[in-house]
Amino acid sequence: MNKELYDLIIIGAGPAGMTAGIYAARYRLRALLFGEMVGGMAAFAHKICNFPGFDSISGMELAQKLSEQVSALGVEVKADRVIAIAKNDLFEVRTSGGTCYSRAVILATGSERKKLNLDNEDSFLGRGLSYCATCDAPFYRNKIAGVVGGSDAALTAALLLSEFASKVHIIYRKDSFFRPKPAWVEQVNANNKIEPIFNTNVTSFIGDEMLEAVQLNNRDELKLDGLFIEIGSVPNTELAVGLNVVLENDHIKTDAEQKTNIPKAFAAGDVTTTPFRQIVVAAGQGAVAAHSAYRSIQEDYDRPSH
Amino acid sequence: MDGSVIHVTDDNFDETVLKSEMPVLLDFSAEWCAPCKMLAPILKDLAAEYQDRMIVAHGDTDDCPRAATGYRITAVPTLIIFKNGEEVERLIGLRSKQALESAIDAII
Repeated sequence: MNKELYDLIIIGAGPAGMTAGIYAARYRLRALLFGEMVGGMAAFAHKICNFPGFDSISGMELAQKLSEQVSALGVEVKADRVIAIAKNDLFEVRTSGGTCYSRAVILATGSERKKLNLDNEDSFLGRGLSYCATCDAPFYRNKIAGVVGGSDAALTAALLLSEFASKVHIIYRKDSFFRPKPAWVEQVNANNKIEPIFNTNVTSFIGDEMLEAVQLNNRDELKLDGLFIEIGSVPNTELAVGLNVVLENDHIKTDAEQKTNIPKAFAAGDVTTTPFRQIVVAAGQGAVAAHSAYRSIQEDYDRPSH
Repeated sequence: MDGSVIHVTDDNFDETVLKSEMPVLLDFSAEWCAPCKMLAPILKDLAAEYQDRMIVAHGDTDDCPRAATGYRITAVPTLIIFKNGEEVERLIGLRSKQALESAIDAII
């Protein structure tokens, strides 16, 4: 790994990080982007119908387009895991492939899927339990599927599953869907295969080699061949915490210029205290963060030398 | 071995995976699967990195349905490490390059 000095290191390859990369390239900043999952969580979406410019696009396709655009602009993208970031004069970014340095950083680390945290959860992964409907729905053709959750993600997962499964149960702990977009609710209600079960929790998994059923808290066990968990996510703030970046409500606190409390450390996307966790918002924040990083670096050059 | 990822089908499964002298890291994946696409560049790196010690192979479940069913693949990506024709490790879901290297180094 190069010990060379970068102007900007971006951590995260989702819409926020990738957009920051696009802007950084066009500002002719010497930039390096670390990301383990190109496209980020957006890549897992079945259908995205609210990203401006596209009537409907799959998450995978959007991830592909982002990847191609960033690549064409010549941004250096690496899949190494970033272990820690420290700041002295410069930012020291330690990764699984070595250490590198930069004048500024953008944290666009997004969030991670929440698990149910039930016994045996890990052992059923890939044996009937999944956190990715877009990956695994086709394996449940003519089978019975369940989705845990009540958000847009859960609704769209159920709609996707209904294209393959014979029946889809949505199991949700509240008494109605959580701030759903009316468009999705309409489709779910009109779909004969989908059956919502409200005010209910999964309490345990039942099965031998493969998942066979789940135990519910307030009724008989439910026979299922596959269960998909869509209960939200947890922000990835480890690196921020290590850098002494201030959090608010577990997310990175930023201002309108995507600045954190640490000079020249910026943040964008779902990891921040963003008012609205959407792809387009993440992309917008990535652009602002790159712009702010560019300006902060320019200010250094503009300052008269002593 | 030229250090590139080998494409596996039901037709060449026996020869490429089961009868290989070197251990084989086989990635079962699918066209429609986003994390599978994310794994692709990592596999390429691993193929070059472990060139003379391990074969890295990729099997689309549509191209090797018999193998996919035989190994009970119901989630993609699923990575299986084979040694002397036997499954010795199974990793389900997208992993970082570092995590895969750790798993591989523990076995080969």
